[in-house]
Amino acid sequence: MAALQGSTLDAINSNQEQLLEQWIASLEANGATRNLKEQVLKQETREFLQLLSEGLQSGSGNSLAGAGWDAVRRFLEKLSSTRAQLGHDSHQTVYFIFALKGPLFALLQAHYRDDPATLAEQLWLISELLDSMGMHTIRTYQASRETVIRRQQEELLELSTPVVKLWDGVLALPLIGTLDSQRSQTVMESLLQRIVDTGSEIAIIDITGVPTVDTLVAQHLLKTVTAIRLMGADCIISGIRPQIAQTIVHLGLDLGTLTTKANLSDALKLALTRVGGDLGQRV
Amino acid sequence: MNVRDSGSLPVRIEQDVVLARQLARKLAGECGMRLVDLTKLVTAVSELARNTVVYGGGGDMDWQILDNYGRTGLRLLFRDEGPGIPDINLALTDGWTSGGGLGLGLTGARRLVDEFELDTAPGQGTRVTITRWA
Repeated sequence: MAALQGSTLDAINSNQEQLLEQWIASLEANGATRNLKEQVLKQETREFLQLLSEGLQSGSGNSLAGAGWDAVRRFLEKLSSTRAQLGHDSHQTVYFIFALKGPLFALLQAHYRDDPATLAEQLWLISELLDSMGMHTIRTYQASRETVIRRQQEELLELSTPVVKLWDGVLALPLIGTLDSQRSQTVMESLLQRIVDTGSEIAIIDITGVPTVDTLVAQHLLKTVTAIRLMGADCIISGIRPQIAQTIVHLGLDLGTLTTKANLSDALKLALTRVGGDLGQRV
Repeated sequence: MNVRDSGSLPVRIEQDVVLARQLARKLAGECGMRLVDLTKLVTAVSELARNTVVYGGGGDMDWQILDNYGRTGLRLLFRDEGPGIPDINLALTDGWTSGGGLGLGLTGARRLVDEFELDTAPGQGTRVTITRWA
């Protein structure tokens, strides 16, 4: 396969200022400079052009996997993660590379004006190289976004199950948000474990923060309550708002086997009479 | 009857059920529904969207905001290209389920809305249309 000619490299090196100017103009025209300081952008473009020229000089060929492109790869990885943090989307991020194509092609066109065969060959090589750089940027951008999403999911899963002790022998679990299968599994496990750890007799599950109680949520609640009873403890569901109560009736759910209360304070009052705690004497 | 606004939302994975609920909540709010009606509709959407994902293998939710002589309503169509329902009467029986659910999703959804239409056949996918007036 043909390699990039030294003449191409010279053309890039001797026209750096012009390239940078056109490159930045193209970036600005396409909104890829949002939230970026002019100074930072200038520095980034200059650094990249320098690295590109060094990469070409190293003669590692057109495959970005070559050792000569290490610095470029690292630069692109850093770029995509900072762009992701700034809230740029994948298009804006990868445009950093693609915006260089226009000015670069124009330069080569002028440079090889009298030699169309070489021009075509060199354009193809440069284009391939820039494309693979763009792909690399997208890939790392995507990977860094996915890491963020995964971490948030795990954090949510952890956050979503705070079992709190309200009184001696009384636990409360305030549920907030959506109860999908994975979350309700985590919820049930941590609640059952805390019942064992604290030797509690009553657990209150508060669903004030659950916006929609459908059959799946009801099923999860019924299973949890059954498991709690099997362990010899009892369970009160609190936070049944009027609209939820009406919906449950129309849905045809039979929650008659459960002890339910409209709010947490009523549930606590009931729990205290059952465990024999007396607010009047202790407070 | 005029269609004031309409749109579509893909319902492919379990997380999409949450998005469908949120969209329905927003649209029902725009229709001026009371909290009780809104909660009922959103619950029905939750059931039907989950059916689309679990039994239909994924599909779409088309929505329309309707104007009918001063009344505003929300019409939602859940459609999938799944296996369809062989026995509609059985599927509309309380407590019957082909999966591991409580068997109240489809029938419950029917009781939660004003209009309910089920169009399905084995191998033809399933289309459920619900309407709730504000």
